[in-house]
Amino acid sequence: MAIGFRLNGREVRVDAPGDMPILWALRDILNLTGTKYGCGIGACGACTIHLDGKAVLACVVRLQEVAGREVTTIEGLDPDGNHPVQRAWAQLGVPQCGYCQTGQIMRAAALLAEKKNPTDAEIDEAMAVNICRCGCYQRIHAAVRLAATGV
Amino acid sequence: MQLRSFVELGDLRGSMPASAVPAAPTFLNVSRRAFLEALGLSGAFVLATASAARAAETWPTGGDAMPHGLVIDPKVFVAIAPDGTVTITAHRSEMGTGVRTSLPMVLADEMGADWAKVKIIQAPGDEPTYGNQDTDGSRSMRHHIQSMRLMGAAVRMMLERAAAGAWGVPVERVEARVHEVVEKGGTRRAGYGELAKAAMDLPVPAIKDIVLKPESAFRYIGKGVPLYDMKAIVTGKAIYGTDVRLPGMLFAVAVRPPVYGGKVKSFDARAAKAVPGVVDVIEIPGTPEPAAFMPMGGVAVVAKTTWAALQGREKLKVEWDDGPNASYDSDAYRKRMSEIAARPGKVVRNQGDVEKALAAAAKVITAEYYQPHMAHATMEVPNATAVVKNGRCECWAPAQSPYAVRKDLAKFLGLDIKDVTVHVTLLGGGFGRKSKGDFAIEAAYLSKVLGGVPVQMMWTREDDIRHGYYHTTSVERIEAGIDDKGKVIAWRHRSVAPTILSTFAPAEYQFPIELGMGLVDNPFDIPNIRCENGPIKNHVRIGWFRSVSNIPRAFAVQCFVAELAHALGRDHKEFLLELIGPPRKLDPLEMGIEGELWNYGDPYEVFPIDTGRLRAVVELACEKAGWGRRMPPRSGLGLAVHRSFLTYVASVAEVVVEKDGTVRIPRIDTAVDCGFPANPERIAAQFEGAAVMGMTLCFHSAVTFKNGRAEQSNYHDYEMVRMTNFPREVRVHIVPHRYTTPATGVGEPGVPPIAPAIANAIFAATGKRIRELPIDTRLLREA
Ligand code: FES
Ligand code: FES
Repeated sequence: MAIGFRLNGREVRVDAPGDMPILWALRDILNLTGTKYGCGIGACGACTIHLDGKAVLACVVRLQEVAGREVTTIEGLDPDGNHPVQRAWAQLGVPQCGYCQTGQIMRAAALLAEKKNPTDAEIDEAMAVNICRCGCYQRIHAAVRLAATGV
Repeated sequence: MQLRSFVELGDLRGSMPASAVPAAPTFLNVSRRAFLEALGLSGAFVLATASAARAAETWPTGGDAMPHGLVIDPKVFVAIAPDGTVTITAHRSEMGTGVRTSLPMVLADEMGADWAKVKIIQAPGDEPTYGNQDTDGSRSMRHHIQSMRLMGAAVRMMLERAAAGAWGVPVERVEARVHEVVEKGGTRRAGYGELAKAAMDLPVPAIKDIVLKPESAFRYIGKGVPLYDMKAIVTGKAIYGTDVRLPGMLFAVAVRPPVYGGKVKSFDARAAKAVPGVVDVIEIPGTPEPAAFMPMGGVAVVAKTTWAALQGREKLKVEWDDGPNASYDSDAYRKRMSEIAARPGKVVRNQGDVEKALAAAAKVITAEYYQPHMAHATMEVPNATAVVKNGRCECWAPAQSPYAVRKDLAKFLGLDIKDVTVHVTLLGGGFGRKSKGDFAIEAAYLSKVLGGVPVQMMWTREDDIRHGYYHTTSVERIEAGIDDKGKVIAWRHRSVAPTILSTFAPAEYQFPIELGMGLVDNPFDIPNIRCENGPIKNHVRIGWFRSVSNIPRAFAVQCFVAELAHALGRDHKEFLLELIGPPRKLDPLEMGIEGELWNYGDPYEVFPIDTGRLRAVVELACEKAGWGRRMPPRSGLGLAVHRSFLTYVASVAEVVVEKDGTVRIPRIDTAVDCGFPANPERIAAQFEGAAVMGMTLCFHSAVTFKNGRAEQSNYHDYEMVRMTNFPREVRVHIVPHRYTTPATGVGEPGVPPIAPAIANAIFAATGKRIRELPIDTRLLREA
């Protein structure tokens, strides 16, 4: 039974079991590989996407839960990389291996959509969901701040 | 002779739809190679054979001695299109160090290219063509900065000659500027694209005739350029191993023996096969221990999606024959290591007479330090995609050493290496785990069994933590004899740790590479030094983890120095500098080292142990950190210094220990001497990241074993430092050097000093001595 939802501004229908985490539907069926697998148990944030504008973990959100709703992945944030968060990331040279960064960027974008100018503690709390094994936290924090205050 | 004709390859990272296959330009280089061979010219530019007559300002490195050495052939690495686009081949793997940007940046600068017109393509695993590709050991910049410059300069000279030829003037009358050649004192100018064809028809200058540009003319070298893959990364278009998509591909996960060396006794696949989407269940043959990089065996579930494969795996019933490692128990093993360290071991360094000096000492201080196994936990799990059909294997993998993977694939599949291709994707972290190609062989095996269907094998995080090539566990026991004037006159360091060698052959003693990482190369100015290594057998696969044995060694030695300083009522920094002694270059022959000192594979004359540089990073880190400043209660500064991978690094950590034992790190100051800093911004990034990884291993990293099975499985019980508590501010201070101070590597050497610096700071803050990792913060609670 196909499940329909809006993905990056377009209607899509996915023919897959409703209990499949949307992570695998995105990656293996829709070929949108910008959303990453890191742990599969909601413990690393690599799979962060937006569901109705809020940051969620694609590895624990089931396909049936997104039916009829609005999903945004990194591919839909700004394909040209001009979202303020993406620009801040580039300006401060945040990524090392880069693997965690799509999840980091999606989380930061959701945070800033909700709070225009978060405090340091609010940035810490929101971004603490996302692991960066390369250890880019200092720059991630600075880039969230930069994106908030204008690039 | 012509340079390889240019083929528009497109920007692999920037413009590729997620569904596309990363097209690798293998054929170009293969045909290029065949062409050179036909002319009898292959290897003509291998530096190893060009001994005396080199361009000025060069020095020997260990690059020549690596398998397949260095290839210095601009025809292999550079192509110029008529529109001026310069395509540079990156032959080292990108796992986060920035090497895919930094080495092409060096070449581009030297050839006078405009970075905005440079495209980078990734070489497949092909060492006969590109030279060594094993991206490991912090070697890329150290071994390749010179070859990149030589190739860049050769191309620049060819372009100048082409312009001079076209204009009918002597070559002295023309000059390469940025992406163009101009006539000196004239008006004629020609872009690189215009000159490409004519330049390509010219012979490549011999290495001895290549003239490098003066350092004052560097535009990118020593300054840096933005990360080449930046846009692809922030838009989600960057292709890592897991992102490879091929038409009709299937997805696989596997269960593997829970105990190292175990085997599948029997399995029942019926329930797994009944899961919708599951295509097949296939046993992967294991390899008897020691298995090196061959698969450990197990049962794979292959399905239409990763999710179906995971669900199938849940339903799989497997009975295991655990084998002889089923009794592996970390607590018992630790006790054994400790007992062995209490006894004399094999002497690996013997300088002076330690026994006599210890007997004569006014005071002997002893301490023992412990570190458990750690897993790499690269953010991108091990994975690979392969197609095996018609006697050929094509594989896409996040491989640190793609040619090694290619060789292992050929061996496992019984194919000629010519019939195996390994494309290198971006790596979502490496840290040594992705030097081993076991996961690629698994993927290839499954594709072969399935008759050539493309298969992506993905390890789950649980697989990664439970079946790693673990960082060794170790006990380091140090005794110091102190005379009545408070001088250290004897130093005995015993190391007991399962060896990396045991992954390749039965072995109980460490080998020179491990001994050379902070044990026998101890630089202290102490008359009597003895290092010993006690035997112990491994019960898991031992691999190398970013900075390897330097982690436990720096932890033990640098914490012990702080302990001694405290016992003697001395300032830690002053005492450390006294132990290091006056600035000098150590003579390995006088150190009493058994056999040869392993100097990271590089010539000792070029990269000696220089205590002056070691002292200087201590001074620099302390000065920047404000060493000696008064700290509030339960706050403290801690210092550590360590030379590894030929790079000198000192860190000062500032900690605050909260009432509940939580340790916060407001600041770390790291001083780095890595010779000439080719790309300072990326160097800083490496040391910022190393501070985080160092903090993680300080407080979280332990893989422990019971009944031979790993007790941890995912990030919930193998935690990482997160933004809730991270080194708030890492300041990286790079010692400036001219180009002529040989560049060394920076991928690994930032890690070792962090844990001891933090541990020493905790002592300063609380008076609690740390002798084991990870630190149990419950012990730091305020009484
Ligand atoms: S993969 Fe979803 S949180 Fe880790
Ligand atoms: S950049 Fe490598 S995991 Fe974050």
